[in-house]
Amino acid sequence: MAAAAPAIEVPAPRDTVAAKVLRALATAPLQIFLAVLGVLWLVPTFGLFITSILPASAFTSKGWWQIFSHPSTATFANYSALFHNSGLTKALETTAYIAVGNTVIVVVLGAMAAYAFAWLDFPGRDWVFIGVIGLLVVPLQMALIPMFKLYDIFGIYDTLIGIILFHVAFGLPFAIFLLRNFFVGIPKDILESARIDGANEFVIFLRLIMPLGLPAIASLAIFQFLWTWNDLLVALVFGQNVQPITVWIAGQLREFGTSIDIIAPASFLSLLVPLVVFFSFQRYFVQGLLAGSVK
Amino acid sequence: MSTAGGITAEPPVEAAPPPTAEPGRLGRWLTNGVFLTPALLLLVVWMLYPLVYTIIRSFFGQNGYLGAWVGIDNYKSLFVPFNLSNPLLVAIKNNAIWVAVVPALVTSIGLIFAVLTERVRWSVAFKTVVFLPMAISAFATGVTWRIMYQQDPNLGALNALSRSVSSVIHSPGVLQDAAPSSAAITGSPQTGYVLKTPLHPGSVAHLGLTAIPPDAVPGGAKQAVDPAAKPGDIVGVVWRDFKPGGGKPGVVESQEVGLPGVSVQLRSSAGKTVQSATTSSDGTFDFSKVPAGSYETAIGASTFRKPFAGYGWLGPKLITPSLIIAYIWIWAGFSMVVIAAGLSAMPRDVLEAARTDGATEWQTFRRVTVPLLLPVLSVVFITMIINVLKVFDLVFALAPQSTQADANVIALAMWRVAFGGQNNFGAGSAIAVFLFLLVIPVLALNIRRFKRDV
Repeated sequence: MAAAAPAIEVPAPRDTVAAKVLRALATAPLQIFLAVLGVLWLVPTFGLFITSILPASAFTSKGWWQIFSHPSTATFANYSALFHNSGLTKALETTAYIAVGNTVIVVVLGAMAAYAFAWLDFPGRDWVFIGVIGLLVVPLQMALIPMFKLYDIFGIYDTLIGIILFHVAFGLPFAIFLLRNFFVGIPKDILESARIDGANEFVIFLRLIMPLGLPAIASLAIFQFLWTWNDLLVALVFGQNVQPITVWIAGQLREFGTSIDIIAPASFLSLLVPLVVFFSFQRYFVQGLLAGSVK
Repeated sequence: MSTAGGITAEPPVEAAPPPTAEPGRLGRWLTNGVFLTPALLLLVVWMLYPLVYTIIRSFFGQNGYLGAWVGIDNYKSLFVPFNLSNPLLVAIKNNAIWVAVVPALVTSIGLIFAVLTERVRWSVAFKTVVFLPMAISAFATGVTWRIMYQQDPNLGALNALSRSVSSVIHSPGVLQDAAPSSAAITGSPQTGYVLKTPLHPGSVAHLGLTAIPPDAVPGGAKQAVDPAAKPGDIVGVVWRDFKPGGGKPGVVESQEVGLPGVSVQLRSSAGKTVQSATTSSDGTFDFSKVPAGSYETAIGASTFRKPFAGYGWLGPKLITPSLIIAYIWIWAGFSMVVIAAGLSAMPRDVLEAARTDGATEWQTFRRVTVPLLLPVLSVVFITMIINVLKVFDLVFALAPQSTQADANVIALAMWRVAFGGQNNFGAGSAIAVFLFLLVIPVLALNIRRFKRDV
């Protein structure tokens, strides 16, 4: 596919009208190719949405694209039924608690630790930080069995706080890594002059670091929010009655065909919130992604 | 100076009191402690302790806090028996496929997208669309693609598309369920039916078929005609050998219709097709100027071809490729965005210099762009290896219960063994440690990269 690209470039990019037209024509195949690709990329999500507004009986007879020939089959009955389903509303509530709770705790604890690693002096600081980096890739499978046992002993199995704290712990290495790298870039003079003015570390942290670090904190918060909102595994292991939306839908998967009028709209609802977050904070999301992967 | 508890009581920076003495040793320790302890405590309890415990636990049996010492048996169960009847080995095999295929594909697709979008004005729109799946949970993606992958071409979009393509290449046969009406005709719908009676120039072939519902009779069919023999030719008829209320098999009778549009082949005694013909509306066909010899006639398999029934995307054979396609749908956006950022950070003058020196676009891409992007490409590649090793949600949601064993991957196997019914914590721990061992090279790489940067 890349081999097709060279033919596209037009030499001598003079900005006359003729050159512009020529260039537009020359890139036409590429534009069409990318447009088709873009549409294809949207088809699955679109299909989920259409399936979610069709009655379950439609799913066993004809595909979702029948909506184009029979627009009248569309119904929002699935959604209104879902909103009267206490299981789903409770699951959505649980998901929100987990996602918000985790995000707040990770941001606060991560920022504090990151500040210490960036600007406080203590013996072995860099070694501990390297240890934290090492924890970045530890698969959470390593902690499932031990924490399952420990939660039982502590009595926090199947509780919101148990699920949240697990997420927090596994979110912290990334949080500390991301924020520490950002905080290190804050000019030292600012901190020094604040210290000379007599501000203690807590004041500096709250009044200087947090406001200055806001872009990185925003990235981190969005990541944490999406990560926990979208989680399946942790809640599957540590919850039973405490079910976020993913686990709740997973409980319906066995009857995929007949429960599609629940599965499809619930899945679509579950991805609405991440989509809104994504579109509202796209810039921070991409920044966080770049800071996290390309160092 | 006070430490803990002073967070809100402290005056703002501007109104800070005059410089005081450096906080004492104890004060510094307390400050550090307040900043670090909560995070480190969580890391120790939720990550370090489990790390140690899981490693130890992996050498013990199924139940209890530790269970009975079993040595390396749990690890053995990963590889023994070393064949695909071992579900854990299936998981390892599948994950190996994932690692071999996905990082390379995602990186190259991302590179292609990044390079191509640089040339269009609306690149932001394109990037947003391709990046969108990154925000959605892998679980919801699984549900989404499960709808796409439904086997019935009436339900699954992918198979509906395949059907429209396949009906262009291989249109379904005109007589899908037909069967021969007499024992003289042998064969199967897959191979076609052959009239075993030897034929010579001047013979008449009778190819009667039954089991054709009235609504499946091809349009334009007329009363079947038993053709008269022609010297030098082999003639014959293909007809619906069924008459309401009875009739003689193998004999063309009134009210029995010919079957038009059927492709008939004349085969030599060696089985080679020497001529073919299509039946007319009364079912007759004519092979003209046949050299002397012994022949057979046959109705080709294409006549009996069933309509496209859909690929089993969710079946045991295709499930892993299906999962990989959905996974690439998720991650291509990530790869594209990271590589595009690398592209935009690339020194433009180097590219310009290459072009000025007369390099073609392809040469510039191969010899300048890709080498300069190599660090970014390798970051994407390594990130994808890690992600692929840990893949769980997508498989859990997309693979139906019946094929989950065929779709198994290491992370899913760990869950199934430890929590999904078997409750074998010893074997589960061993799988987790195995997964951990696989990511250790990347862990080492991360640390080395950091040490270099400091």
